Amino acid sequence: MTGLFSEVFLSALLFGAVTAAIPLLLAGLGEQMSEKAGVLNIGIEGMMLAGAYLGFVGAFYSGSLWLGFLTGAAGGVAVALIMALLCVRIGLNQIVIGIALTLGLEGLTALLHHFQFSRSYPRLPAADATVIPLLSDIPVIGPAFFKHHLIVYLAVALVFAMSYLYRRTQLGLNLQAAGDKPAALDVAGIDVIRTRTIAVLTTGALAGLGGAYLANVGAGLFIPFITNGAGFLGIVLAMLARGRPIWVLFGALLFGVCLSLTTAMQVAGINIPTDVIQMLPFLAVMIMLVLFGRRASLPAALGIPYERGAR
Amino acid sequence: MSSSSSSSVGRRDIVALEGVTKRFPGIVANDSIDLSIRPGEVHVLLGENGAGKSTLIGMLSGLQQPDEGRILVDGKPLPITSPRHALALGIGTVFQHMMLVPTLTVAENLLLGGPWWQRPKTEELAARVAEITRSLGLTVKLHAKVAELSLGEQQQVEILRAMVRNSRLLILDESTSMLTPKGIDELGALMRRLVEQGLAIVFITHKLKEAAAFGDRISVLKLGRKVGEIPPERFRALGEQEIISEIVELMFGKQKDDPEAVERAVRADAAPLLQVTDLAVAPTDNAPGLSSISFDILPGEILGIAGIDGNGQKQLAEALAGQRATTGGSVRLEGAAIEALSVGERRQRGLRYLTDDRLGEGTVGTFPVSINFFLKQVGAAPFWRNGVEQRAEIDKRAAQLVRDYDVRTPSLKTPVARLSGGNIQKVLLARELAEGAKVVIFNKPTYGLDLANTLASRQRIRDTAARGLAVLLISTDLEELLSMCDRIAVIANGALVGTVENTDDARTKVGRLMIGLAA
Repeated sequence: MTGLFSEVFLSALLFGAVTAAIPLLLAGLGEQMSEKAGVLNIGIEGMMLAGAYLGFVGAFYSGSLWLGFLTGAAGGVAVALIMALLCVRIGLNQIVIGIALTLGLEGLTALLHHFQFSRSYPRLPAADATVIPLLSDIPVIGPAFFKHHLIVYLAVALVFAMSYLYRRTQLGLNLQAAGDKPAALDVAGIDVIRTRTIAVLTTGALAGLGGAYLANVGAGLFIPFITNGAGFLGIVLAMLARGRPIWVLFGALLFGVCLSLTTAMQVAGINIPTDVIQMLPFLAVMIMLVLFGRRASLPAALGIPYERGAR
Repeated sequence: MSSSSSSSVGRRDIVALEGVTKRFPGIVANDSIDLSIRPGEVHVLLGENGAGKSTLIGMLSGLQQPDEGRILVDGKPLPITSPRHALALGIGTVFQHMMLVPTLTVAENLLLGGPWWQRPKTEELAARVAEITRSLGLTVKLHAKVAELSLGEQQQVEILRAMVRNSRLLILDESTSMLTPKGIDELGALMRRLVEQGLAIVFITHKLKEAAAFGDRISVLKLGRKVGEIPPERFRALGEQEIISEIVELMFGKQKDDPEAVERAVRADAAPLLQVTDLAVAPTDNAPGLSSISFDILPGEILGIAGIDGNGQKQLAEALAGQRATTGGSVRLEGAAIEALSVGERRQRGLRYLTDDRLGEGTVGTFPVSINFFLKQVGAAPFWRNGVEQRAEIDKRAAQLVRDYDVRTPSLKTPVARLSGGNIQKVLLARELAEGAKVVIFNKPTYGLDLANTLASRQRIRDTAARGLAVLLISTDLEELLSMCDRIAVIANGALVGTVENTDDARTKVGRLMIGLAA
């Protein structure tokens, strides 16, 4: 038991928490943008899976993680394109299409993986860490937070970029108007469909990137159903964050700690059944929803397809 | 923006419509309409609900395209393809329903619509707004959230938005419907200042008085057709009353007369149909309670409940209908106590309640017209048998009611929320006055209806009483009560403060009671 509170253990735990949090963060930020613009994007799990598979394939054959991230984001965008076409342009039900996309991509990525790699699970080499000088020398915190792949720092920087986008730019105003009162945006001369399409495609790119990170950096390999609900956790984060990116970051870190704890506790050999430990993150979701569910304030037009002139 | 004189004679049209026709499934919303809109002029479009005013605005603001005919902008035929295009042409619209994002500030709402790659130009906007508000005498809180503004303030923001965008033509769609009388006067003065600055205004309303008071030119629409126009020269030559009677002539084809009085005999010797004694309801956080409510209604009698809105009228109606728990008193229908009965049982016995919340509690908006006729009989024969809907039976009876009550609907299957307010009211009337009605409570039955539907509803209520039913008419419109009731009771703070016979001096007596003096 002494190992449980050692410095090494703690920093490994926190390191794992960050690694687990990044896909959630990217999914949450992506989902937040869709929701802000009035699209409930339940297909995000499918977008992450597409990103994980294509990201892995891209990195595996090219040998470049960055190319993997790129193909992963492209995979997410491809799925988002379907969502944008069906739900935003044609105006079909967002929940039905979202579930269909998620289920479809679960099957499709598993199938493709089977064809491609049969039963083998090839691994990628460990990702290079970008070590931040000085900061990484701090005990516990240094190794936990400042020895990650560059994309991790970029993802955190994205939180602040998003805040700026929402609060200080014309596009941010347009996105919020598209979610709260699309008719007002339309009569102000901005195309609601286009605004929402931009949001959904961005969601796809971020979710795809998150999926690629999960496979390429988090796990180092692709296995079917690898996302294991990360997209849905992203939806929860976005709903609880009240449109503020910084809260997505906090929420993602909290879930990350839970996810990391499950691994750490198994490693530490604590005498609790594995199944119970693996429930932890989802227990955390439930506790969060009970505690903060009430504060979720969603855009007025969330989930309602926009049709010009409809009453 | 030019600030030239207000004279409009000889000016060219900014926008003109030539033979514009627009069809929707089942109806012709606009039928070959010609219209000329000139700078320096308030052009009033007057018409009842469903006359086609909103469709016309939809086409001018780029939301809809005409099926036939053409729109000329500055004399050149030009289809207005989108709201953005309309704005670029200088056509700004203030819609009937507020088109502001409630979660954004006033400034952010005004900035909405700029190119997405730009930073919002807040400083530039503030300067521009200051310049416009100074010339119009408005005050606007730029940094307040829109949700915190009153409806009148929101409307000023919408007008301001049109001005910020250099509109040459401002369209105001039913802009007075949500304003207080003071707000309406202010809007009228603002419109005058705007046209003096050389703007053209299209002002849509169904209120004759506003048309006469604010307009320079009036076009009257009726069932999608333009039935007449009063040009400015004629407008100036006539007095307000003459204009109103001319408009009524155009709209109804005959002088407005009170509907023919129905021979209605209140049998004073008959036993009261409804007896209410000492009815009481506990107050809640947002509604007054009721206390010491006592009255009788005889067969064939109309008892009015007058009072300033919010003094317990809705509570009274709901308590009688069984929708609100009472804390004391008795309600007798034909002598039998019903205060312990449920809503359904009271209805069964013949007590009917026509709510003022037509879409909220009166109908299910997404259900077809046909089902809404029988909402209160769901599960009951002959429309349902063994729990199964008898569609043929329902449609047959519904078709009958649509004819009897003159419900204007594209079909029986149309969701009731798509109908105009007047037609929804007809559906409710048909439902509540159906077989077995003995006592009918009308809560604000003509609220928000246009003139034709108001007159039709009043006639329906008179007919109801003439059939020997007892009628309780709750209204905030004193004229309505004076024109219809046999007796008028006044409610104040949840209590009846007096009841007067509707004789010649009733107006004064009721008025005194309403403001808290003895009759």
